[in-house]
Amino acid sequence: MIALPSLWPLAGIAIVVIGFAVRANPLAVVVAAAFGSGLGAGLSVPEVVAALGKAFHQNSYVSVPWLALPVIGLMERAGLQEQAAALIARTKSATTSRILLIYLGFRQITAALGLTQIAGHAQTVRPLLAPMAEAAAERDNPSISQDGRNSVKAMAAATDNVGIFFGEDIFLAIASILLIKGFLESAGIIVQPLQLSVWAIPTAIAAFAVHGGRLWRMRP
Amino acid sequence: MIGLPALYAVAGVVFAGWALTTLLDGQHTKRLAGAAFWALLAAEFLVGDALGDTGNGVLLLALVALALLGAPGKGHPATTSVAERRASAAAHGNRLFLPALIMPTVALAGTFAFPMLPWLVDPRQVTLVSLGLGAIIAAAVLMLWLRPPAAAPLQEGRRLAEGVGWAMLLPQTLASLGAVFTVAGVGDIVGSLAPLAIAEGSRLAAVVAFTGGMAIFTIMMGNAFAAFPVMMGGIGLPVLVFGLGGNPVVVGAVGMLAGFCGTLLSPMAANFNIVPAALLELPDRYAVIRAQWPTAVLLWLFNTAMIWGFAFR
Repeated sequence: MIALPSLWPLAGIAIVVIGFAVRANPLAVVVAAAFGSGLGAGLSVPEVVAALGKAFHQNSYVSVPWLALPVIGLMERAGLQEQAAALIARTKSATTSRILLIYLGFRQITAALGLTQIAGHAQTVRPLLAPMAEAAAERDNPSISQDGRNSVKAMAAATDNVGIFFGEDIFLAIASILLIKGFLESAGIIVQPLQLSVWAIPTAIAAFAVHGGRLWRMRP
Repeated sequence: MIGLPALYAVAGVVFAGWALTTLLDGQHTKRLAGAAFWALLAAEFLVGDALGDTGNGVLLLALVALALLGAPGKGHPATTSVAERRASAAAHGNRLFLPALIMPTVALAGTFAFPMLPWLVDPRQVTLVSLGLGAIIAAAVLMLWLRPPAAAPLQEGRRLAEGVGWAMLLPQTLASLGAVFTVAGVGDIVGSLAPLAIAEGSRLAAVVAFTGGMAIFTIMMGNAFAAFPVMMGGIGLPVLVFGLGGNPVVVGAVGMLAGFCGTLLSPMAANFNIVPAALLELPDRYAVIRAQWPTAVLLWLFNTAMIWGFAFR
């Protein structure tokens, strides 16, 4: 038997699981979890506050992409969503399934080439993809319910995620490939990024088949 | 050299603009709390360096308290009506799609060009600088072409930001939680417990413990990058590679993808799952996860089978 470490630092994980399960405000859950794990590991309250503040400031770059919001808003103000919907409404062959399938392929291929930043939830899904998929659904099923519209929009966001997750690892210089390479190297195993990235190809194909199959069967 | 400080200054000015326009919005549901929320966020970006660790921590706690009080709330930022948008769409036609290409084009060009200009752009921040530059150029082009009121970029940005609401803070706050978990040693504990979950001698059980651990720990942390060193160090290397003679390339590469399946299921992966639900104005916070779970489960099975079938040949 190995000696078990103190389990109190795991309090934060328990708080996260319970907090999300009861649908508490996620910001409050996250802060409570930080205190749970920090205090569990023997830090004092001021030390937890300082650790949180230091990390919050260091991670400010995470919020920089919100700079896109004024641009998206300006385009919406000029009628971008309406134009996207009008274009789809008169293109009968553009069904919800086909629009999302084409986007899935586009997102996987561009991500595999390292172009992860050319699309995203703020840049493409909200102004273009979701209105197009919704307009196609409305054209093909004029009596669509609000729930039906919402599930089409949710599927548009899901398609962006699946596309980028299971495309980007084919690119050699993506962070996750470099992390795997670095980790194996520290254990004395030298591998080249190309050896790792070819093993992302089968899962990329499976992702297109599985998610694409679900999109194909969508009947909004 | 252009790097994070310049980007933070631009972001700080935008957030300060949202604070001011919120304060001037007489019909706002949470006028004072909302203005304080954006003002604190602006302070974080403009003077965060001077606040120190404790100051930034107190600022974060104040932001969360305001969020619990309903900030940033919803106001009435000046925008166009549906009829005006339809008329504008009819007048400009498909040319409206062109500005949507500016940000991706600048991101693409910057990714290739900026690494060759290390004296101009911080080589470590090429992606974010390209993104910020693309936003500024696109906003400038839209202002010159369509001539909306001068405050339109701020008001339209605030309209979308109020739509996303406090969820805007979630990605940065979650990244901070990851750092506190590291300080507390959460990963080390999970890594030392993980091997206990494996039945003696069964290759399939060991593979399932590894890919399952990757997925579950990623769901809890919201990030496969946090789970990978823990599970690879706890099970992947000692059990699958050194113990059972598995190929480290297959175990590592496919194991990471098993973690990505967990990301699709995690509310902690706010950028991918919670923020889009807010951006698309979906009433169910977990609607995107609900749309993703069948894909995630099937791909997790596929990845598990890949390691089981190909890592030990």
